Amino acid sequence: MLIKCLRLFVAFLLVPVLPLQAGDWSGYVAGEFLGFTENPQFSSQYNSYLSIAAEPEYIHEWNEGDDIFTFTPYAIADNHDYRRTHADIRELSWIHAADNWELTTGISKVFWGVTESVHLVDIINQTDLVVNEDGEDKLGQPMANLSLIRNWGVVDLFVLPGFRERTFPSRKGRPRFGVNIDTDRVFYESGAEEWHTDFAVRWSHYIGAVDIGIAHFHGTTRQPRFIIRPAAINPATGTVSEINPLYEIIDQTSIDLQAVYGSWLWKLEAITRSGQGDRFYSYAGGYEYTFVGVLESQLDIGVITEYLYDSRGDEIKQNKALQGKPFDLSPFQKDLVLGTRLTFNDAQSTEVLASVIIDLDGGGQSYNIEASRRFGSNWKLSLEARGLSNVPNDSVMASYKDDNRLRLELARYF
Amino acid sequence: MTPVRILPAILLCLLPFSLLAETPEEKGLAIAQEADRYDSGFRNYTNDIRMILKNRQGQESIREIRSSTLEVDGDGDKSLTIFDEPRDVKGTALLSFTHKTGPDDQWLYLPALKRVKRIASDNKSGPFMGSEFAYEDITSQEVDKYTYKFLRNDTLDGLNVFVLERYPIDKKSGYTRQIIWLDQEHYKERKIEYYDRKNVLLKTLVFADYNLYLDKYYRAHDMYMVNHQTGKSTRLLQSNFNFDVELTDRDFDKNSLKRAR
Repeated sequence: MLIKCLRLFVAFLLVPVLPLQAGDWSGYVAGEFLGFTENPQFSSQYNSYLSIAAEPEYIHEWNEGDDIFTFTPYAIADNHDYRRTHADIRELSWIHAADNWELTTGISKVFWGVTESVHLVDIINQTDLVVNEDGEDKLGQPMANLSLIRNWGVVDLFVLPGFRERTFPSRKGRPRFGVNIDTDRVFYESGAEEWHTDFAVRWSHYIGAVDIGIAHFHGTTRQPRFIIRPAAINPATGTVSEINPLYEIIDQTSIDLQAVYGSWLWKLEAITRSGQGDRFYSYAGGYEYTFVGVLESQLDIGVITEYLYDSRGDEIKQNKALQGKPFDLSPFQKDLVLGTRLTFNDAQSTEVLASVIIDLDGGGQSYNIEASRRFGSNWKLSLEARGLSNVPNDSVMASYKDDNRLRLELARYF
Repeated sequence: MTPVRILPAILLCLLPFSLLAETPEEKGLAIAQEADRYDSGFRNYTNDIRMILKNRQGQESIREIRSSTLEVDGDGDKSLTIFDEPRDVKGTALLSFTHKTGPDDQWLYLPALKRVKRIASDNKSGPFMGSEFAYEDITSQEVDKYTYKFLRNDTLDGLNVFVLERYPIDKKSGYTRQIIWLDQEHYKERKIEYYDRKNVLLKTLVFADYNLYLDKYYRAHDMYMVNHQTGKSTRLLQSNFNFDVELTDRDFDKNSLKRAR
C-alpha cells in the first residue's frame, strides 16, 4: 500500500503544477558527427552518423533555495540508428532541504563513485548507452531519496519505484555488439517486471583527507545478463540471430574510497553482487597525480593509473551461451588503465583526456581520447577518438574491432 | 571563494606605541594580525562576482559567479562558489574549507554528471577559471599562511600606507614573495605585487571602489589584476554584498554543493 502511495506520489509529480513565479531556463543544443575509419563488420551499419540533441533545463527555487524544482527533458535524433533517436525526462524533481535532512522526490539522477575509467558503484540510474558508449549518460530514475545529515556522515535512503531498461543500439547502430540485442523482448526475474520497487541505502562521510561511501542496493539489476532463445538459433548453421536482455533481482554491496594527499588522489571502488548466477566481485583502484603548472606554464598534467578486476569469467569464450544459460558481456576481467589529463587553464577551458585500457589477459587494448574547448562564450566543441587494437576474435570486444572512430560535437549553450 | 579580506579601521593613535622597538618581521606580523582582527566577526555574507578576462589582443571573456562565505571560529573560512557564466559550466560549484594551517579541503561539483570530485590540494598556484587570479589569491587569506616583514611607511595615491612583504609558507605556492600596500587608516589592501618562483615580478593587483558594510567591514568592489609576463589581465567586480544572511555549516556541505543551481 505504501509503495502504491509512493507511486501515486511520483505519478503526481509527473504532472507538475509549475510554480507561478518565472524560473530560470538554461541548457544546450548540440550537433554531432560520428565517423569511422574502416568499413563496418556488419552490412546494416554505416561509415558515418549525424545526430542532433537538446537538453533544456528549467529551475525554480523558493524559500531562499530550500525548495528547488527542476525539469530537464532530453531528446536526440540520429539519422541512421532509430533506437538512438529517443527522448527522456532526465530530471523532474522537487528537492526540499531542512536543517538535518533533505528529500528529493520525482525523477532524478544520482552519481556515486570516484574512479575515472569505470563506474562500478554507480547504480541508481540506468545507463543511456545509445547516447555514448562511455556509459556516462543516464536515464532519469523515479525516486524518493531521503538524506539524513548527521555529524557522523550522511545516510541516504532510496525508494526507487519503477525500472528503466538499458538502451542498446539497433542493427544499424555502430559501434554495437555483433549479435542484435532485441530490446523489444526483455525478460525479468521478478513477476512485477519493470514495476519492481528497488531500495538502496548509502552512508557517506569525509574525514579529513578521506571521502568514503558504503552502500547496498536491492532490486532490478541495471546491468543485464543476456539469454539466447532457442528460436533465435538457426538449427542448420548454429548461428544466433539475436539475444535478449535478462534483468534479475540483485543485491549489491559497494564501497568507494578516495584520499587526497598533496598532488595525489588515491581511489578505490569495489562491489560484490549476488543474484546473477554466482556471487561475484569487482574492483577498480588507482591514483591520479597532478603536476601543477608544468615548466612554469599554466598547464596541469595529470597522470592516471587504474587497475580493474572482475571475477566473472569470460562466458562467451566458455560457450555457456549456446547451452541456454544466461551470460554477461562484461569486458573487464584484469585490465590496466593508463591515462593522462591535460588541463590548459586557459580562458577557453581547453582540456584533453587520453587513456589506454590494456587487457592483461591478452584481450587487446582500447584507446580513448577526449578533448574539449569553448569558443566564444556560448559554444563548446568536443572531440572523442576511440579505437581498439590486438583484439582476439573470441573476445567480447571482437564486434568492435573495426570501429575506430571519431566523434565531433558542437554544442550551443543558452 | 573568499574575496580578499579587506582590512578594517583601527585607531591610528595607538599604533606607534605598540609597534615600537620591534624587528621588521615582528612589525609586519603585528600589522597583518591587526588587519585580520579588524575584519573578523562578519560571520557570513553572500555576494556576486563578475570577472572580465582580457588577453593580450584585448579579447574579453566573462565569468559570472555567486559566492557565499562563512566565518569559522578558530579556523579558515568556508566558501561555496557557483558559476553562472559561461553557460557550459553553469551550475558548476566549488566548496572550499580553508584551514589556518595545513592543506585546504576542496570539492568540485560537475552538474552534467551530478558528480562531486575531490580536488587535490596542491593546485593552489593554478589559475582560477582561466583568469589571472590563482586559487591562492582568492581563497581566504589566513595570517598563518605567510611570514611577514615590514618594509616602510609610504604614500600611495595620496594615502598613508604600510608596505609589507609576505612569504608563503606552503612550498606549493606559485610565489616567492608578495609586497602589500595597506592603508594606515583602515588597514585595507590597496595593492599587491606577486613575485614568481624565480623572484621576478609576475602580477600586480590593484584594489578600488571600497564599500563599507555593517559599519566595520570594507569590501573592494573592483580588483584589477595585470600579468606583466603575459600581458593578460582580469578585472574582478564584486557586487550585491549581503551580510544580513543566516548561513550555517549546512550551507557549506556536500549536499549543499549538489543542490547548487
